Order: sequence, then C-alpha cells, then structure tokens
Amino acid sequence: MEFELDPADLAFREEVRDFFATGIPPEWRTRVRAGLRLHPEELIAYQKSLAERGWGAPTWPVEYGGTGWSPIRQYIFWTEAAAADAPAQFHQGLELIGPIIFTYGSQALKDRYLPGIINADDWWCQGYSEPNAGSDLASLRTRAVREGDDYVLNGQKAWTSYGHVASHCFVLARTSDEPKRQQGISLLLMDMKTPGITIRPVATMDEKHHTNEMFLDDVRVPVAQLVGEEGRGWEYGKVLLDRERMVTASVAIFLVQTVKGIREAATRRTIGGVPLIDKPGFKAKLAQYEIEVIALQTMVLKVMADAAAGVDSGPLGSMIKLRWSQLSQAGTALWVGALGPQAAHFAPLDNGYALPADMPYAMQGALYARVTSIYGGSSEIQHNIIAQRALGLKG
Amino acid sequence: MRFTYSDEQAMLLDSVLRFGQEHFPPTERHRLIQQGRSGEAASWAKMAELGWLLLPIAEECGGLGGGIAELMALGEGFGRNLVPGPYVAACVLAPALLARGGDGQYDLIEQIGTGETLVAAALLEDDGGYDLHHIATRAAVAGDHWTLDGAKAHVEDGGDADWFIVPARTGGETADRTGISLFLVAATVPGLRVERFRGIDGHRHARLELDGVAGQLIGAEGNALADIEAAVARANCAYLAEAVGSMEAVSAITLEYLRTREQFGRPIGSFQVLQHRMVDMTVACEEARAMLCHIALSLAQGQAQFQRAVSAAKVRIGECGVYVGQQAVQLHGGVGFSDELIVSHHLKRQMMLAIAHGSVDHHRMRFAA
Repeated sequence: MEFELDPADLAFREEVRDFFATGIPPEWRTRVRAGLRLHPEELIAYQKSLAERGWGAPTWPVEYGGTGWSPIRQYIFWTEAAAADAPAQFHQGLELIGPIIFTYGSQALKDRYLPGIINADDWWCQGYSEPNAGSDLASLRTRAVREGDDYVLNGQKAWTSYGHVASHCFVLARTSDEPKRQQGISLLLMDMKTPGITIRPVATMDEKHHTNEMFLDDVRVPVAQLVGEEGRGWEYGKVLLDRERMVTASVAIFLVQTVKGIREAATRRTIGGVPLIDKPGFKAKLAQYEIEVIALQTMVLKVMADAAAGVDSGPLGSMIKLRWSQLSQAGTALWVGALGPQAAHFAPLDNGYALPADMPYAMQGALYARVTSIYGGSSEIQHNIIAQRALGLKG
Repeated sequence: MRFTYSDEQAMLLDSVLRFGQEHFPPTERHRLIQQGRSGEAASWAKMAELGWLLLPIAEECGGLGGGIAELMALGEGFGRNLVPGPYVAACVLAPALLARGGDGQYDLIEQIGTGETLVAAALLEDDGGYDLHHIATRAAVAGDHWTLDGAKAHVEDGGDADWFIVPARTGGETADRTGISLFLVAATVPGLRVERFRGIDGHRHARLELDGVAGQLIGAEGNALADIEAAVARANCAYLAEAVGSMEAVSAITLEYLRTREQFGRPIGSFQVLQHRMVDMTVACEEARAMLCHIALSLAQGQAQFQRAVSAAKVRIGECGVYVGQQAVQLHGGVGFSDELIVSHHLKRQMMLAIAHGSVDHHRMRFAA
C-alpha cells in the first residue's frame, strides 16, 4: 500500500488552497456546514468564480470544457473546498445531465448546453419522479407524442427541485408502449419557458422552498431536443442515477464541515460553567461521529483511487450514498442536540428577538437531512442494489 | 496512491492464507486448540522456517524490518483462517519493546525469531482500565540488581511465555506518565506467580503477581511510556487487520449460506430482510477496511497522528467486527450458535480482538483527547 501524493499533486493542492484562501463569505458558512444548499444566486456566483478559474467542471473531460482532473485531484479539490467552507457545486446540470449530454447527445446539444452548465448561465432541474413513480421509476406515465417536428408532452412530475428557478429541465417521458416498462422511455431537454409548464411549490418539513410539482399540458419540445435515441432514455437515466450516487461521494467529503458546526456549537454552550465540548459524554459522541466520518471519507478516497487505476469499485458508490445519508442525519442531530433547550427556538414570533447563532440553519439541516436517505435512490433501494449487483442475491 | 497491497505484500498474504488452510482447517482447529501450545508447535516451526517470526522485527535487531503494510498482510491472512497463537505478542509487540534495550537484547530477539522463545508484555494493571501509564508496580535497586513488586491484571498471550516484559515504576506516582521503566522477567523466577487463563478464542493469557521478583532493566531507566505506546499501536495494526480478515471471511461464508440454505421452499437469500442485513455486513467490512487504509495514510504524519488513527480504527473496526460476527451467527440460525461451525469462532475472536490492547470506549476517549 502506498499513500503518498506525488509532487505534482502536492503542488496542485497548494494552488487550490490559494484559490480558496480568498475566502468564502462568512454568511454562507453556517448553512454550508448544516448541509443546506445556498440560495440559487449564491450558488451561481460560486459556480461563475470557479468557471472563471477554469475549474467549473472538475469531473468533466477537457474536450467538453472540464478540468480533466484525475480522481485524486478531484479528491484534493473537494477536500480543500470543504476545509475552506465552500459549498458543494450545484449538481443537477454539472453531474446529472451534463455527462449524459456529452456522452449521448448530438453535437448541437453539446454546443448549446455544455458551456451554459459550466458558466452557470443555465440552471437545470430534473423531471423524473411522478406521483406514482418514485422508487419504481419505470412506472412513469408522462407521455411525449410525436407531432411533426415536436414532441407534445402531457403528464405530472413530482419533486422537481429548483423547478421554480430553473431555466431548463431534463425530462423522462414515454414515447411508446412496449412490453417491457423500461423500454419506450425517452430523455428530452425542455426549456422551462415553454408554454404549458406549470410549477407549484411543495411545502417540505424543513420550511425551505426547494422543491415543486410540475404539470405538463401540451408542452411542445422540438425533436432536436431528444438526447440520444428515442425509447432509450431508461438506459441513459440509469447511467445518470449511477452518477448521482457518485455525486454523494464528493458531497461526503463535505461532512467535515458538519463536524466544525457541531464543534463550534458545543464550544459556545456551557453547562455549569463547563463548555459542552469538554463534557465526557458529549466528547465521546462527537469522537464517534468524527471516526465514522473518517471511515466514509477513506471509502471515498478509495473510490477515487480505484477510478484512477481503472478499477471498478462495484457498489461502493451505493455504500457511500447509504452511509453519507446516515451520517448527515446523525451529524445534524448531534448539532441540534448541542444547542440545548434553545433548539426549540426555530423562529422569533415578534421582531427583534435573537435566535441562537446557528439557528434556524442547524435545525433546518437536521430536517433536510431526512430526505437524503430518500432521494437519489432511497436507502432501501441502495440495499437492493448492493444485494443484487455486488452480492448476487436475487429476489 | 495505491489502496491495495504491493505484489510482494499480496504474495505474503497469499502464503499466509495457504498456511492457514493447511495448518488450521476448521475441522482440525478444535483438536489443535485443545492441545494448547503443543498444538501450535508444527505451525510455529513452519512460521519460523518461512521467516515470518522475523518479519516484524527491526533490521537493526536482526529482523526483516517489515512495515505496517506487511503486518497488515500477515494479520489479515491469520484472521481469514482464524490462525491461533501468540504471534502478535511475541513477534510484533515484544521485539518492539526489547529494541529499547539495544544490543543487550539482540540474543533474546534472535531466539524469538527462531521460534525457540516466547516473550509477552505485561502491560495492564487492576484499576487502570486500558491505560498504559497506570502502573503501580514498583522496581527498586537491591544491591546489583532490580527487584519488582506488584501485580499485572492481564498479559495478552502470556500463557506460554518464557519471559515477561514488565513496565514498573522507578519514579513518580501510579497515574504519572513519567517514571516508567521496562524490565525483563523470567517466567520461572522465584517470587513470580503466573496464573494462566484460556480465552473464548483459544488464546492463552496470564495474570502476574510479583513479590520481590528479580528483573533486568531494558534500556535506560525511566521514560519508557512513549516506547510502550508506539509498540502497542504497532501491535494493534496487526490485530486490526486480523479483525478485517476475519470479518471478510465470515461474511463470505454467510453469503454462501444465504445462497444455498433453503427454507419455505426457496433460498433464504431471496428474502429481502436477510439481503439487507447481508448488505449491512458488507458495508461494515468496507468501513473496516477503509480504517486500515486510514492508518496507512497517517503514517507519513508522525507518531501522534498514527496513534490517533489507530485509536479511530480500534473504535470502528471493533464495532464493525463484533457486528459482523453477531449477524453472521444470526443469519446462520441455530447452526450459527453451534460450536461445530467456524462461524461462532469468528464472533468469539472478534469479541476478543475488540478488547485487545484497548476497548472501543478506551480508544474513543483517546481519539477525543
């Protein structure tokens, strides 16, 4: 086993460290540490600053405007970003649809959409889930019927996160009825200004507006907006879901920020004059959490090293998704616990009352964390994937 | 950066695996363990012949200078086949402590390497938990030699030792970090009472009472704690790898059982609740292996970071190892509980590894310190 970084990678780390040394606005910090997404305009500003430096797409090949970084360099980049309290980049365009476009899309689609993703000129949302197609995505019913040079879309999508700010949406819709439900599904790129799209906000338990339901009524999408071949969207979609799991690998690196959040909260609060952080019981809980984060981060590093060596990590991506969601829930819960009685103060009822320093974000983070084991393939689906793909256990 | 063994290390692991299959097949294990040390005689001689007894010993002491990765390859191989014996105590821990004595101890180290002699370190005392600095045993000069008085609550793998390495106070109070010296004590010396115990995993341990026992100072007087802590961390690396090897082996055995055992007219591995449990065991194995990598990554950052990484690994591998062992027994049902199947032996070894050289709780607080 060898674990030394080579000199070129060490030099790269310095370069990245210098970039982030200019600082992340302090007002981003608590939200970032709580695992909450920043406001869209903040994420756009962050993405633009990376794009300006040539680092807009850390995981993409150079020919599509990416950095072409080795997995080890990606790991270094994310580690430094996390240490500097930078947010994770918004992933729907960058990690979900971008790679599908450059892998399966026409030249015209690549030319039109890839630069907009890197430069944050476009904001993408995902039109996958439906009210009756969640974990069982293949049962989706939204239809795309060919009429001349257009597809006409009708149906209802659910959990369209950031649909209210997105300029574009990638949609899975049924273009034909086939004996196998996974067949006859196509992947289409849709401009959100197209007539017939209605977005309605969905209130979520964290009291933050990030997701929506989306109604499609005779929405006309030009045939040129089809990615790859008609009827093969499921295959592309599956590649995409695999990638979504890998996205959590990068996000997992950012758990060190949650550790910082917990630590600061427990340092501020005293009980009987002793900071909570010095109480043996709390110390042990935090140590346990940090150790489990270390295990997960080393698993991430292993995925990266495997990728660099051209080795298939198998279901390690699913394992990371599973453990990351558990740890984001456990960490934010520990943080809220560190706030003590005032964790009950989520919002002032009258003007002028101050909340604890990290509220409401710590609590919002704890609430938001509940969805991390549901989205992107629920923890139970991840278990099924690992059981089937890695262990060969069949239902 | 590489997360796998080098070719040489992989070859070592491979030969340890073959060694385990040959010398300790599950069918023979019982019988051999019941014979005590004599049941390990043939395998110990073979290990000496292969040079494994010399492998962890520093080159300047006449050994092969194996590093942490080599120790891990060995440990993993032992764990997969549950190879018994005092390897870590005699070949990893003792030589690292004896090295403090310089060339005065080279003869004894050589005897360890040839397999003639067993040495065990008597590190823990009553009332001290797993704290290595909690030492009440005292050494005093009597004429031209040292005599020791006190007691040692547990000597890991000390049941068959010819010599004990005994930390004792030459200064300071019971919980002080300074004033600790190391002494070499013969197992047969007058005044030493050795009580021997068998563990649930077949390992043979000891408890000592020292009443005016003659001891030979190893190296300089005082300040031995740093050497003890470093040596124990190194020994833990072999144990942690053993735990990971055992976890992966018992997981593989359990997966095979889920595929082949039928109840209700179909393989029990077709039931989702069992599939998900098997997945959790697999994830636990991945986490445990990642902690070994974490240790290896820490090596470049100095002794303090290395020991902190070992403590982190002791926590997570201790938890994951016992979990995997317990679930392996559970998924096997009644036969998992039987002594005949190797499965329960993995659980018993995991339980003992989890407390060897510091429990999960002990190392969690060390990590937090």
